[in-house]
Amino acid sequence: MIDILRSEWTKIRSVRSTMWTLAVTAGLMLGIGTLIASAARGSTEDDIPGAQAVMLSLTGIMFASLSIATLGVLVISSEYRTGGIRTSLMAVPKRMSLLTGKIVVFTVTSLVVCTVASAASLAVGVAITQPPTLDMAEAVRAVAGCGLYLTACGLFGLALGTLVRHTPGAIVSAIALMLVLPQITGMLPGQVGRTVADHFTTNAGMQVAVPLVRNASLGPWSGFGVYLVWIAVIMIAGAVLMRRRDA
Amino acid sequence: MTAIRATNLSKRYGKTVAVSNLSFDVEPGRVTGFLGPNGAGKSTTMRMILGLDRPSGGSALVDGRPYAELERPLRKVGALLDAKAVHGGRSARNHLLAIAQSNGIPNGRVDEVLEAVGLREVAGRRIGGFSLGMSQRLGIAAALLGDPEILLFDEPVNGLDPDGILWIRTFMRELAAEGRTVFVSSHLMSEMAQTADHLIVIGKGALIADTSVAEFIGRSSQGYVRVRSPRLADVAELIKVGEPHHDHLRVTAMSPVEIGTLTARAGIPLEELTFVQPSLEAAYMELTKDSLEFTS
Repeated sequence: MIDILRSEWTKIRSVRSTMWTLAVTAGLMLGIGTLIASAARGSTEDDIPGAQAVMLSLTGIMFASLSIATLGVLVISSEYRTGGIRTSLMAVPKRMSLLTGKIVVFTVTSLVVCTVASAASLAVGVAITQPPTLDMAEAVRAVAGCGLYLTACGLFGLALGTLVRHTPGAIVSAIALMLVLPQITGMLPGQVGRTVADHFTTNAGMQVAVPLVRNASLGPWSGFGVYLVWIAVIMIAGAVLMRRRDA
Repeated sequence: MTAIRATNLSKRYGKTVAVSNLSFDVEPGRVTGFLGPNGAGKSTTMRMILGLDRPSGGSALVDGRPYAELERPLRKVGALLDAKAVHGGRSARNHLLAIAQSNGIPNGRVDEVLEAVGLREVAGRRIGGFSLGMSQRLGIAAALLGDPEILLFDEPVNGLDPDGILWIRTFMRELAAEGRTVFVSSHLMSEMAQTADHLIVIGKGALIADTSVAEFIGRSSQGYVRVRSPRLADVAELIKVGEPHHDHLRVTAMSPVEIGTLTARAGIPLEELTFVQPSLEAAYMELTKDSLEFTS
């Protein structure tokens, strides 16, 4: 397995799309966080409470999630696009080992980059908004939550890439499932509609990072758990097809 | 042990049969040509041998085992399927490095194979800018990484210039001379005639011939005698075994001497009496004419 991890690390670090998507993810976190924090600071003379400062600094997460999901998609779909998947499978014919290698390398890379980017956004945001008090435990949890949430979004992309095997198709599916449909479920009527909305992909997952949408049914960790179940289901479907399909 | 063994190998896509009940062995120490018209199922067969495509029936074994069960398969088998099927954004060295690492092949081997195929100078360049010839060399470098006993090449000379073709041909002969198994597909008989020792010929997914090159020519198409005469009808009546062909007769059952003696006795003038040697190309066309996917 260590051989496969080294190989996948070489693959992910040696293409420009990785550097681009990671830079864009970090840039969106920092840029949007700075922008929103500055706007909030400029719009009021009053103190901005600590909890709100944290949330404002991390607003970039919504857009950063799409960028990291794109990298997740590309980790596998670019191999199908180029036909390089055949070379990969000739080297590692045990397909589940290859997929596991990709998942592990992507997860570690994304966790490091996204957590650092979130911490930097928070530091910049707090420096701009100057809240009178800051609950450090809450700030650390938010940063860790952002790193976890973004990485989960990337894995969502990787799962869709494995299932769809087609870059544009997988990215469109990711946008639909992560951004569009969660908003639409908010319009569902009644208690059932409310529950569906609360448990729908990013509506649930976002709770661990910044609760932009008020979620009545799920806390930070239960919400993240529900999000991981979504990802696991799609990943397993993709893995089953990967085992069965011709490469 | 037999290097590659296909047993009743079959592949269907819906109702289309790509490969049907194909059985053959590929032995070490020689170049085995895998010959057939475009669309005959050569690539599909190679992908099944390499565990990429799942057979609809039968099996393909490499060194007695299914490919997917080989530990560190690149140390046993090297293959070049499609030279352009690589991520264009990676440098040649990183491309090979990722492949080497996956099979625990030391990093130093990457530079060795780059040297061997003559790509050392461009090792740091992005593959996307490579010509087809350079891509083929890179593909061969990848196949050689694990110093494998068994090598598969799918149409390796397609699109190459004469220099490249000569290089690949020599290379494959050398690999076989070292005792390795070389299994190379082509749709060009003339190419195989100059490279292969043994031929496996398929058409429409089924085996047509599994034979040495020499045997192949002898078996599939005999020579014939071409007879031309201003009184062709009289010749035909006289020798009885001639087959009319445009403006001449083709005779397989008699030698030129026999025909000449007969016609001389009957006083029939001849314009031509030639023994036509069979060519590899003709032998191949003869064998595969029923199995062309599209005929013009």
